[in-house]
Amino acid sequence: MAEKEYFSATGNAMVADAMRQCAPDVMAAYPITPQTTIVEAYAKFVADGRVHTEYVPVESEHSALSACIGASAAGARVATATSSQGLTYMYEELHIASGMRLPIVMANANRAISAPINIHGDHSDIMGMRDSGWVMLFAENAQEAYDNTILAFKVAEDPNVLLPVCTALDGFVTTHAMDVCCKEDDETVKEFVGDYHPEFPLLDTDNPTGQGMFGTLGNYYMKTKLIERRANLAALEAFERYGAEWEKITGRPVKALDCYETDDADYIVVVIGSCAGNVRHKVKELRAQGKKVGLVRPRIFRPFPAQQLVEACKGAKAVAVLDRSDSLGAAHGPLALEVRSALQAAGEPILINDYIVGLGGADVTLEHVQQVFDQLEQRVEGTYDGALNYLGIEE
Amino acid sequence: MANIKELSARPDDLAPGHRLCGGCGASIAVRQVLMGRNDYDVVCCSATGCLEVSTTIYPDNAWNVPFIHNAFANAGATISGVEAAYKGLQRAGKIPADKKIKFVAFGGDGGTYDIGLQSLSGAMERGHDIVYVCYDNGAYMNTGIQRSSATPKGAWATTSEVGKVQQGKMEKRKDLTSIIAAHGVSYVAQACVGNWRDLVNKAEKAIAVDGPAFINVLAPCPRGWRIDSSQTAEICRKAVDSKFWPLFEVENGKWTLTPVREKNLIPVTEFLKPQGRFKHLFKPGNEALLEEIQQDVDDFWAYLEGRVEGSKNL
Repeated sequence: MAEKEYFSATGNAMVADAMRQCAPDVMAAYPITPQTTIVEAYAKFVADGRVHTEYVPVESEHSALSACIGASAAGARVATATSSQGLTYMYEELHIASGMRLPIVMANANRAISAPINIHGDHSDIMGMRDSGWVMLFAENAQEAYDNTILAFKVAEDPNVLLPVCTALDGFVTTHAMDVCCKEDDETVKEFVGDYHPEFPLLDTDNPTGQGMFGTLGNYYMKTKLIERRANLAALEAFERYGAEWEKITGRPVKALDCYETDDADYIVVVIGSCAGNVRHKVKELRAQGKKVGLVRPRIFRPFPAQQLVEACKGAKAVAVLDRSDSLGAAHGPLALEVRSALQAAGEPILINDYIVGLGGADVTLEHVQQVFDQLEQRVEGTYDGALNYLGIEE
Repeated sequence: MANIKELSARPDDLAPGHRLCGGCGASIAVRQVLMGRNDYDVVCCSATGCLEVSTTIYPDNAWNVPFIHNAFANAGATISGVEAAYKGLQRAGKIPADKKIKFVAFGGDGGTYDIGLQSLSGAMERGHDIVYVCYDNGAYMNTGIQRSSATPKGAWATTSEVGKVQQGKMEKRKDLTSIIAAHGVSYVAQACVGNWRDLVNKAEKAIAVDGPAFINVLAPCPRGWRIDSSQTAEICRKAVDSKFWPLFEVENGKWTLTPVREKNLIPVTEFLKPQGRFKHLFKPGNEALLEEIQQDVDDFWAYLEGRVEGSKNL
């Protein structure tokens, strides 16, 4: 392996470059903060003739995903990017993309949704798509946003999956902050991703197909959803398989579940995305003090790596879940629901503390993480109740 | 253009056996428009609506050409994507450079004038090589005759009811054809399914144009218009002869209006009267409303003559 060249780049620049290297035939996108620099960078690749991609500068996000669906059904490799209000504006199309089994790759710059309007990072937007059939990958940093985007094409186009994949990165902290990154050369990526060979392209006029049919008779609709459920679950194996291949090429680890210092941990924090950085830092500090603490970070959220999570948490006394969005009216946040469901199904009687953190770009500081670890100990001692806690908000 | 004998000998792109009603203008519009494709390969798209639900009931499919349905509001964006894929794949060398495909989208007036207008406007502005055909039956017929912005003034609909204080829809219909013409696209036309020669001829031009084209086709719905299914073509002729539905074209900005011969000209009441959706207008007390509708028709015709005059030197 040649010596790696490291440079500084934003998450958005890395995503745009990963997309360029994967050479989609069509990109249809609409600008929205903080996704904008992805589509700007891509438009420049188009203007400079560095890609063969047909770029469709649509008039809305609804049309962005609608055009992607048309293009993907036509037989093209397709990419787009969005965020926040844009993602919610795409809502009906999210389900159509997955229901039609179209391997579209979409980057999402995770951001709060209105009201009140707020342009900063959290997971309120993306958690709204968790039941839509899409595979969802979450990056911790710019480097992972790059790697996930390349893996997204592989997973989406896997014959056992054939589903759209969202490659998500946190608004501003990951999309805009400069980070130390490296990338593979164009040839390596091209060879890894390979060509896309659609089975039933609409553009095959000699063999006409009907796509987006009216599935109302018999149990056709329900059967379709069962097949789709299985395809979504198959994406976990595909992500791990392609992740292992990518790891071999790049030397960068790719795991469905990132486990840090969990082997003998009594106290574990489960978190998704960029907040894991501060948790990791705090784990290092506390380990130096002799505390048995660890971090678990799902890199893939749909399908959810439940078994891996159970394995990682086995033996822990208490687990804290940091949700970067809330499921208003539910007892727990979206991530906490997954964690509880996985541990409960496995019969693991682990105490769980719930936190809602970082909404609308609110900081999740090292002090906050210290508080979380302290409260895990208090929970075991019986001096903290573990009830859902909006971290850092004084009442 | 091919003659009717030649046209009738061509294989149907939309096969018989679909579930649209007898006399439905939508299926006639599709068949006549696709007669205009001549030797081009086509990929078709439809917005959600009667046409889509009645021709694609899985596992059956009445389309003998590639067909895609996505949702209600986005036939314009969907066909844009299909066309973009064709361009991108051709640039990548995955489709032979000499393989020519044309892209035709269909939407009802609900999916075109209303919920799909933004998507259509975007598609027209971006210059895709597509044809968008609106089959305008003047209401949301698929969901049960609710008013749209294409519903004519005075028409009964289930969301513009006739009662003690309201006589059907009180607002003018939207002039969508002019709105699309204002996008400056190469070809825009208004036609009806009752005049096949005119419609096939316009479809032929729209499909041949390199770039976006739009045809607004009056396509009666016997169920919603409260007419017999045998009257589809006849009511179209009355729409044209009364000037309610002028036949016109805008080719690269130049407007051409098909005149109505003096001997054929009829008052708009003769178009309205056979239709049950307008029957309340002929009850005592609604005379002023009928006059207003006639005035709207005359005003629109004068407007079109102005467009013809204003663009004659282009």
